Amino acid sequence: MDFVNDCDPRLRTDAASEPFPTALKILVAGGFGAGKTTFVGVVSEIEPLSTEELITQLSAGTDDLSGLADKATTTVAMDFGRITLGPEHVLYLFGTPGQHRFWFLWDELSHGALGAVVLADTRRLDRSFAAVDFFEGRGVRFVVAVNEFDGGHRYAPEEVRAALDLAPGIPVLRCDARRCASGTRVLASLVEHLLTPVPALTATPELP
Amino acid sequence: MTVLLPRRQRRSGPDAPWIDDGAGHLVRPYTVSKGRTRPTAHFDLMTLVRATGRRPAGLQGPDYDRVLGLCDGPVPVAEVAAHTRLPAAVTKVLLADLVACGALTARAPAAVAAGPAPRTDRDLLEAVLHGLRQRL
Ligand SMILES: Nc1nc2c(ncn2[C@@H]2O[C@H](COP(=O)(O)OP(=O)(O)O)[C@@H](O)[C@H]2O)c(=O)[nH]1
Ligand SMILES: [Mg+2]
Repeated sequence: MDFVNDCDPRLRTDAASEPFPTALKILVAGGFGAGKTTFVGVVSEIEPLSTEELITQLSAGTDDLSGLADKATTTVAMDFGRITLGPEHVLYLFGTPGQHRFWFLWDELSHGALGAVVLADTRRLDRSFAAVDFFEGRGVRFVVAVNEFDGGHRYAPEEVRAALDLAPGIPVLRCDARRCASGTRVLASLVEHLLTPVPALTATPELP
Repeated sequence: MTVLLPRRQRRSGPDAPWIDDGAGHLVRPYTVSKGRTRPTAHFDLMTLVRATGRRPAGLQGPDYDRVLGLCDGPVPVAEVAAHTRLPAAVTKVLLADLVACGALTARAPAAVAAGPAPRTDRDLLEAVLHGLRQRL
């Protein structure tokens, strides 16, 4: 019998007959209502999906993690999408909740990510600040996609760049998250940006 | 009417991602799935899993069947979790069990360096760009 009850937790890589594709990841961030779910759903080749992560809320000041399982547990949903780029490469998209309080989740998500798209709604630009703060602070490269909502004033990209205090070279693009071609173009612009060298002066975030 | 855009202040000083004024601490529970812990640290949301064709001897339950049924081709942990509507942490426990008994094989995601793309990553990025442009 060839069955081996192997309890070794290390992942096996040798059992595959055909090779696994390379799985790549891009994050889609932005404030509530900026269009993350719309964007991920429209560029994805699968129906809109969301992945839930468990989070536990402790009262402030609690450091004792024992008995954590008894604490109230809630979930936070991330939009999930897939774009098969060929037999060897699959791109996965994660739409991440915007608030600072979910940064622990972003830490895991940004690990190994190619880069990020920050969706900005100029009617409430402040909601995109947390995402810009995070990617800037963690050295994750990103582009800003300004979602042009109906009835909103059309700001010039330079006005958005100045308001977000972006490092030079970070692209600011227009986008309509409801249109697949528009979203795909934003993703392509991000990858083009990743292919440009990082300007030495802006490679590290400004520190006091 | 043009409204002046609010200006972002660059954050200075160490970030405090674990502390939220309104909600206290938010942490990931480490005990899930009937109170068991499993060494799931090797599973990332992007870890790919695929059925080997071996039957999951000793593992029974609709959750295992459902999870295994989604793993015919290489599929990431996040997608299995999305389809089953189980939290990712619970999904990882079930997948770890299935890997341990040989019903699934898994591959950790490729490490992609943050920051400037080294030469080895350039080919990868070019391939991604090419794939995206073909969809336009
Ligand atoms: N006009 C316009 N509406 C959009 C656009 N993107 C999203 N919406 C709408 O804005 C609302 C919020 O979008 P949603 O994707 O749920 O935002 P999320 O909170 O960031 O996930 C929805 O009603 C969308 O249909 C866009 O590019 N243009
Ligand atoms: Mg949403």
